[in-house]
Amino acid sequence: MIDWIANLADWHLLALTPPGWGMTLINGFFASIQIAVGGFLFGLLLGIGGATGKLYGGPITKDLLEVYTTLVRAIPELVLILLLFYAGSGAINRILEGLGYQAINISGLAAGIFVIGVVQGAYQTEVLRGAFKAIPFGQIEAARAFGMTSSQVLRRITLPGMLPHAIPGLSNLWLIATKDTALLAVVGFTELTLATRQAAGTTKSYMLFFLAAGALYLLLTLVSNVAIYFIEKRACKGLPAPV
Amino acid sequence: MSAVTEPKFGPKSGPTSGPTSSAKWGLERHRIILIAIAAALVLWMAVSMRWDWLPVYGPKLINGVMVSLFMLISTAVLGFLLAVPIGLVQVTGPRWLKIPAQVFCTVIRGTPLLLQLWLLYYGLGSLFAAWPEIRQSWAWPYLRTAWPYGVLALTISFAAYEAEVMRGAFSGVPRGELEAARSYGMSPFTAFRRVWLPRAIHRALPTLSGETVLQLKSTPLVATITVVDAYAVISRVRQDTFLTYEPLLFLALIYMCLTGVLVLAFKKLENMVPVKGA
Repeated sequence: MIDWIANLADWHLLALTPPGWGMTLINGFFASIQIAVGGFLFGLLLGIGGATGKLYGGPITKDLLEVYTTLVRAIPELVLILLLFYAGSGAINRILEGLGYQAINISGLAAGIFVIGVVQGAYQTEVLRGAFKAIPFGQIEAARAFGMTSSQVLRRITLPGMLPHAIPGLSNLWLIATKDTALLAVVGFTELTLATRQAAGTTKSYMLFFLAAGALYLLLTLVSNVAIYFIEKRACKGLPAPV
Repeated sequence: MSAVTEPKFGPKSGPTSGPTSSAKWGLERHRIILIAIAAALVLWMAVSMRWDWLPVYGPKLINGVMVSLFMLISTAVLGFLLAVPIGLVQVTGPRWLKIPAQVFCTVIRGTPLLLQLWLLYYGLGSLFAAWPEIRQSWAWPYLRTAWPYGVLALTISFAAYEAEVMRGAFSGVPRGELEAARSYGMSPFTAFRRVWLPRAIHRALPTLSGETVLQLKSTPLVATITVVDAYAVISRVRQDTFLTYEPLLFLALIYMCLTGVLVLAFKKLENMVPVKGA
């Protein structure tokens, strides 16, 4: 059995030291995680802003946010990533030139986080909007009656109260964010998928490397699922169990 | 009644166009201004950007859109046909079927589609090429091209996501309906065909609509394995003309139209089944 596994593939290719490509994959994996975390958090910022804007903003804010969420959800991520990648870096450089600075080379990491964040923000806006709406208005009124400012209401009542409703949607979006990072391979950012392709192309053992990368992604998903389980259990403390 | 609702829909716009007609379309004053700004933006893009490549690449682009639609429709249909049994065995199946189905769903949903696509195309493709029996078989001319791998990867992915939806839909059909079907003397298969499956599909339709839009948005990935879909044609235009934005914006427009048509079609499908109390 052990012999059979040993002969199945050239396992030395996955070694962490240079003749093996293990370290390339691990580095790519961490780049993917960095982008996913950064993009998710940036998306969370956009999402909180978008959800409050959609619920309490003026009519123009509401319409503009509707346009944002509709557009992002109707255009393929791949096209959005290309558009934002070029448009974003082009716009920043144009502004810098206008201010008299030299054009800079925007790091792939920052661009990736920005792009994933904008995509995530549209979906998170919708998730958070639903969660905000699930809070009984009486609770907010009660908080105001106690003399809390609106930021205090947000921090003490709205955010903790909506968390149980937001977590299922947000955890789903986190898993999507980890997988969307793979799309950055198309714009040439060396995250796990592109690193895998480079390793596989050089060594010609495609199956081995793609399966190894798949195992890494799956590991990330499974670990995330465990973490989500505990977070959900904590956030839903004191709530009646779902039927 | 109308006096109560009237102020909600913005200022009165004269006696000729009553509040009902403008309210119906949600045309408040700010919205008209926003639409005007959007129209001006589109006009500015149409005038100041370069669109002379459009007629040159038009036929290729139409061809590419057809390939994208073929990818969407074939994989959605095949994926759905796979999803029904995979979802069903997770609800009623024996353990030796339930566990592989769950593993399949977890693995496919836990890894990026792009990776699966490249695994199938480069990995499976290189394995096939090393196998003389396959190289001499009738299937080789097809296996040498890229689109079967694209169809396979997209089908598997759609099946995994949709099986999860169908699992929920199957278990959500009230037991009483199934018991009623059995008490009419239907065989288990007839009850499945006449009651369980149609009810489950109807329950799953709203989610199915969203999943199909996601699937449409996944189709440009096949361009990375050299299938010439709309995205590939646009990439070609970008390489030939050195334009950055125009082709991508046009592609975004195409996908927005396709998404809109898809959503409307599903709405129509949903409305075909009458719902109690709606």
